[in-house]
Amino acid sequence: MAGRTVTRADLCEAVYQQVGLSRTESAALVEMVLREIADCLAKGETVKLSSFGSFVVRSKGERVGRNPKTGEEVPIEPRRVMVFKPSSILKNRINGRTGKPSGRD
Amino acid sequence: MIKSELVQKIAEANPHLYQRDVENIVNAILDQIVDALAKGDRVELRGFGAFSVKNRDARTGRNPRTGKQVDVSSKSVPYFKTGKEMRERLNGEA
Repeated sequence: MAGRTVTRADLCEAVYQQVGLSRTESAALVEMVLREIADCLAKGETVKLSSFGSFVVRSKGERVGRNPKTGEEVPIEPRRVMVFKPSSILKNRINGRTGKPSGRD
Repeated sequence: MIKSELVQKIAEANPHLYQRDVENIVNAILDQIVDALAKGDRVELRGFGAFSVKNRDARTGRNPRTGKQVDVSSKSVPYFKTGKEMRERLNGEA
């Protein structure tokens, strides 16, 4: 089942097949879509893509971490991370169920 | 930003395309990712991040309201790991 890794090239191919633009233009548009999403997130903005999921930027406070090898304490600086919250449609698809979101979220 | 705003932005930058085409492009990209994950494949987008599927074992859960035990069957969940460049951009390093 698992094994293959899908990359930008596959996304470009999908756009090329389904939209009927040239391969070059398909590639440029895939890049543009990803860049637009990334730019938004870099500004700290949430990106919600219905039926897919949303990307949210969270701020983490400073905490004390530990080097697991030496046991040495090191401060972990406050930072921003992004999390992906899959839609219930995506979660259902992955579990072999098509169709409707199941009640919650 | 929501999907329609994303579509609008891309359409504005590409005046030779119909908004409907741009919608199809965005959906083709997202559908391709969903289809890959549904097959159990990994999706790796350098500079952005990687999507994969993780398996969760069956477990005995508890209804938090009633405290009653319930069997939760095993399932797969989508997982996203932020790419290095994206992580740096979030913290203003790139």
